[in-house]
Amino acid sequence: MNFGLSEEQELLQQTVAQFIENESPVTRVRELYDGDAPYDPAAWKGICELGISGLMVPEEFGGAELGLVDLALVAEVLGAGAFPGPFLGHALAVIALLEGGSDAQKAKWLPRLAAGDALGAVALGEESGAWDPAAWTGDVSGDAVSARKAWAPGAADADLLVVGVAGGELVLVEATASGVSIEPVDSMDRTRRFDGVVLENAPCEKLPGGAAAARRVRDAGLVLLAADAFGGASKLLQMTVDYAQTREQFGQTIAHFQAVKHKLADMAVEIEPARGLYWYAAYAWDELPDEAERAAAHAKAHLADRFMDLARDAVELHGGIGFTWECDVQFWFKRAMFDRAFLGQPAEHRERAARLGGW
Amino acid sequence: MDLQYSQEYEDFREEVKAFLAANWPLQGDEAQLGVKEQGALFRERAIAAGYQARGIPRKYGGSEQEPDVLKATIIGEEFARVRAPAEMRGIGPSMLVPTLLECGEEWQKEKFVAPTMKGEIHWCQGYSEPGSGSDLASLKTRAERVGDEWVINGQKIWTTGAHLADWMFCLCRTEPDASKHAGISYLLIPMKQEGIEVRPLKQMNGGADFNEVFLSDARTPADHIVGERGQGWVVSRSTLKHERSMIGDSRQSSLMFKGLVRLAKKLGRIDDPAVRQQLAELEGYVLAHQYSGYRQLTCAARGQQPGPVGLMNKLNSTNIGHRSARIALDLTGDAALLGPTPTEGNMYSGLGESAGWITQYMWSLGIAIAGGTANIQRNVIAERGYGLPRDAAAQTSK
Repeated sequence: MNFGLSEEQELLQQTVAQFIENESPVTRVRELYDGDAPYDPAAWKGICELGISGLMVPEEFGGAELGLVDLALVAEVLGAGAFPGPFLGHALAVIALLEGGSDAQKAKWLPRLAAGDALGAVALGEESGAWDPAAWTGDVSGDAVSARKAWAPGAADADLLVVGVAGGELVLVEATASGVSIEPVDSMDRTRRFDGVVLENAPCEKLPGGAAAARRVRDAGLVLLAADAFGGASKLLQMTVDYAQTREQFGQTIAHFQAVKHKLADMAVEIEPARGLYWYAAYAWDELPDEAERAAAHAKAHLADRFMDLARDAVELHGGIGFTWECDVQFWFKRAMFDRAFLGQPAEHRERAARLGGW
Repeated sequence: MDLQYSQEYEDFREEVKAFLAANWPLQGDEAQLGVKEQGALFRERAIAAGYQARGIPRKYGGSEQEPDVLKATIIGEEFARVRAPAEMRGIGPSMLVPTLLECGEEWQKEKFVAPTMKGEIHWCQGYSEPGSGSDLASLKTRAERVGDEWVINGQKIWTTGAHLADWMFCLCRTEPDASKHAGISYLLIPMKQEGIEVRPLKQMNGGADFNEVFLSDARTPADHIVGERGQGWVVSRSTLKHERSMIGDSRQSSLMFKGLVRLAKKLGRIDDPAVRQQLAELEGYVLAHQYSGYRQLTCAARGQQPGPVGLMNKLNSTNIGHRSARIALDLTGDAALLGPTPTEGNMYSGLGESAGWITQYMWSLGIAIAGGTANIQRNVIAERGYGLPRDAAAQTSK
């Protein structure tokens, strides 16, 4: 029995962290933040070349055939780097094919998605706030789908859309197909920009995995958000510790003041022990199917809330500068808002956790 | 990462069950013994079978097993299922024993470890003094060498279980001319002697778990010192580390959480959406604490450091205890208005069952103070965990 990372997993995290340091430092994040392009295609290509686009894809389709634990470990590092790009939507589109795709669908899409030659995205949430698969309303008749899906990160650049429809199922829609229109929208988190997806009798293919596969995709999404939140919160904590040791008032760094030290200690106690929540949820998704849904709900609810709380504290401890556009803290503050809202608010998942716990 | 119960663990569970079926409850004449004697007898067998005192070498009366969270969990579950006596806990087994194993003389380990683990010897901790709480190293209790003995004079306070203890591990100033931290030694002192007077301190929740201890020419043999003269501070750090991890044990948090869910069900509040949210949020903290424990045990087994999280266990536990007790206070409602005297046969009798949780609400505060207050914990986390500057006062007095 062990609850720790393997050497390969530690190396994976170090490799991605090194890549971010070289290719997507925070100065680059800022350029993109203030620009029109949602992300840097060269940086995304680099991520694909590291094998991350196909991390969970079977070797026969050109992937590394690893588990959600490994992908979540990557999500943590990308979260710490506030990496701008289509990682989340692409990862969930791949997982949808793995969990629910037919052999033909897998053979057609997985090699290209794994190599990064095609980009995937998911369109799950709706304007009404319907994140739960049971509440989706997209209408499939024959081989065509009509649906209005809000909050689809990276949809504008995607080649393949995985769309949630009535009955809690998923369909594949090619982005270039007739009847597909993308509605751009201004996004709070400019490192992961949303689009609306409107489908009017667009040609589609159902994923034979049905509602069960859709729930697995949702759960994997919750785990990846939880991992992102842990990475982002840990990064913000370190940034705030560093700031407190640099900023001087009353003739000394503010780190000397017990009010500041104690606040930082409390922030640390809120986030650092919670690392295992996303580890466990990812592990359960891979290995303990009976526990996976509840563990994912808990991980997302808890870590998204802790990230949001910590982001507020980080802004406060940075003082006036923390409230400005020029301060980097805002990148993570807004990622916290994304992690908290995307795929449903913490309260929704806590209620599910309670129900799944038998109370 | 591997948390599955493989065949090895399923087999282990069967072994534990078979052991319990044969050994608990005690049979025949043994079943007529007192509770304490039955417990000691059973624990001796459980240790021999490798189910208790697992971290302690065999030569000192332990069962010397590899650390294994799953096996420990299985043992905990199966023992609880048949209500067999759990491993001895408390100050002696959890704090003194690890300290002796780390810093003690051979004869000290032989003399004290096994009886402590069997519950034959009870300990109390003589650290805090009226003028030395968070600033523990300023302590004034003196120990002087007179012939073959230490002669001790001074006063200790907040001494949990002193009224029941056979021995005290005690910090005393033995080198009055040395600097603050370097003048302290760690002594083992018998409690049942003339020079020691124990007076109970009544707590705000009505109990009296801790005491004042007055030492007036109290005596202990010269060799009853752990570590060298003047090394007591370093030795005590080792004890405090063990105390914090004891208070930081996540199993306690999990048990309390399960109790809360039962309470909410019993009081008919479990369907209240607000209560469900409160409980589910608390469970997030409890599970995080539990998995953090798994991770730290894995690090320990691999000889790795877990990072700053190792310093957070006590504060994390304290916070969870407070949140749990706070929810219980909401659930029990008007019962919080009742004093501790039982109410029966009147209009309040239905509320009496909640009294335990009210006491727990206050007790969670005691836990936040004992073993290094929450604010001292915050200093430790900030300074040692994240490299923030040492407290100004602590710096100048060192």
